[in-house]
Amino acid sequence: MSQSTLQTTPMTCRQWLMSDRPQSRLQARLGRAYMTWQRFSANKLAVAGLCIILLLILIAIFADVLAPHSPVIGNLGGARLLPPGSPGYLLGTDDQGRDILSRLLHGSRLTLLVIVLVAIIAAPIGLLVGAISGYAGGWVDAVLMRITDIFLAFPKLVLALAFVAAMGPGIQNAIIAIAITSWPPYARIARAETLSVRNSDYIAAVRLMGASPFRIVLRHVMPMCMSSLIVRVTLDMAGIILTAAGLGFLGLGAQPPLPEWGAMIASGRRFILDQWWVATMPGIAILIVSLGFNLLGDGLRDALDPRESGQ
Amino acid sequence: MSIPETVPTAGRSRARANGWAKSILRFLVIIVTTYLGLLAVTFFIGRVIPIDPVLAVLGDRAPAHVVERTRELMGFNKPLYEQFYIYVRDALTGNFGTSVLTTNPVMSDIRRVFPATLELATLGTIIGSLIGVPLGVLAAVKRGSIADQIVRVVGLVGYSVPIFWLALLSLLFFYAKLRWVAYPGRIDIVYEYSFTPITGLYLLDSLWQGQWDVFRDVFRHIILPAGLLGYFSLAYISRMTRSFMLNELGQEYIVAARAKGLSETRIIWGHALRNAAVPLVTVIALSYAGLLEGSVLTETVFAWPGLGLYITNSLQNADMNAVLGGTIVIGSVFIAINILSDLLYRTLDPRTRAR
Repeated sequence: MSQSTLQTTPMTCRQWLMSDRPQSRLQARLGRAYMTWQRFSANKLAVAGLCIILLLILIAIFADVLAPHSPVIGNLGGARLLPPGSPGYLLGTDDQGRDILSRLLHGSRLTLLVIVLVAIIAAPIGLLVGAISGYAGGWVDAVLMRITDIFLAFPKLVLALAFVAAMGPGIQNAIIAIAITSWPPYARIARAETLSVRNSDYIAAVRLMGASPFRIVLRHVMPMCMSSLIVRVTLDMAGIILTAAGLGFLGLGAQPPLPEWGAMIASGRRFILDQWWVATMPGIAILIVSLGFNLLGDGLRDALDPRESGQ
Repeated sequence: MSIPETVPTAGRSRARANGWAKSILRFLVIIVTTYLGLLAVTFFIGRVIPIDPVLAVLGDRAPAHVVERTRELMGFNKPLYEQFYIYVRDALTGNFGTSVLTTNPVMSDIRRVFPATLELATLGTIIGSLIGVPLGVLAAVKRGSIADQIVRVVGLVGYSVPIFWLALLSLLFFYAKLRWVAYPGRIDIVYEYSFTPITGLYLLDSLWQGQWDVFRDVFRHIILPAGLLGYFSLAYISRMTRSFMLNELGQEYIVAARAKGLSETRIIWGHALRNAAVPLVTVIALSYAGLLEGSVLTETVFAWPGLGLYITNSLQNADMNAVLGGTIVIGSVFIAINILSDLLYRTLDPRTRAR
């Protein structure tokens, strides 16, 4: 008897997680997370995407330690426009003698800053608008959704350009501009999810217990919207990175000497014919990171939201 | 379902006319509110966010009475709602003010540059659809195969790559190294003064006038930027085609067609794609609108004298009238395409017509 329990010890952990009669809330949550992870990790590309994003976060945290040179102060005397593979400068240097690798490593912080802030600003706005719209119904719904549709019909990049033009270039303004143009899809998703739970029994029960509409929307409707929202935000990250890089490329995003990737491409444009690496390297960094977010988003969608994946 | 039973036969046509009137009214409301929204946002950007638009025009050294007069001339002494009313009235009559940079009315500037963007985006969409749709069909039919994986990767890279970077690299490769395409710009300087465009769409104009050497030159200039834009719409179109086709191929009428003994080609291209084509029209229309916008960055790299380059040049010179005018024009085209694709969907899909 004791022998058999010993043998099944590695299994019991899994069985505890997979139990269809969880004893506690924690067990139920862990079990769900475990099953989601199982579905997610079966997708190799999605795991690769996750690794890219984790690597980006680690690089952003440890950029000071990892970068061999200063990202803003170059060696004008002896290291201008060195090709990749030069001793001490793995990816070469730019026109001011700055190490491109160090600039890329530090630039990851700006990229991460942009996407985190845009997500923090845009997702709650969309969630709130969508949940209120879906729960309230009637004319509130009609008005809020009309506003959402109006914003959806706008060209995002051009509108962001105009915003930044009015507010002045800079990374904060670029973030605000991108956030203002990217909340409408989240409102649409949150509304759809709200409509699907609005008439369910547990909402009726909460209402019967005397919860205010405010509390119902905040505590009982919004959490139900989270998984679809997370998927959509992750899928949008790549687009946000590309828009931010585009603004940087036009000189409207982060200002010099900040090592923003889009702005680095713009500054390498003048040397593209002879010193191709100055503009090429930051583009590869952007490509890898946004590819990572696209892969991760696809994987999350399949794992969290099997209906949406269309398979 | 139950409506035909409850509505008497005599009243049915009136009910249908009522339905039509209702949906037309709905469309009107949508068009008007969307356009007003666009104008409100651009008004906010141009008149409310800048701390003092008068200072932006005159600079901070202007004497007080000049500032006062300019403020009156620009209408800033009026209340905000009246300013907005004037703004809407001007925008509806196509009056976006004068460009500081070119000293022309913004509208005439836009009329001059818009055909270049239109030509670029149209050719891009044509390239994207002609390649994207077959690729999507192939991926759906050979689902899980190597071909499917390749189409998927091509699409993913298209979603992830910064367009201006790819434009720079392709310019380096196809122009500087291989000399396959012409340098940035729209037309060779040799033809710039001898060629008189009619519509502003150079490809059509040169064909119309039978100037083959001009056509060849224009083609060598446009093919790279249009090809790049085409790649971006291809990424989107092929992905959507694949999912629509997978949806259709799983339907029972496909099984019935197979049972009838139809050839596989006929089933895929004649039956499945025909049904998938309805939502595809919307997708292609939306990607067309996206290319009009995406051309902003592409035009900057290729020195393409279109609306995108006009907007970015004006941006760099703080020429707010031109920026807002360009934004409103692109926004209007965007809204128009959105509504058109919606209408097209309704007319093409009999299921949405019934209701």
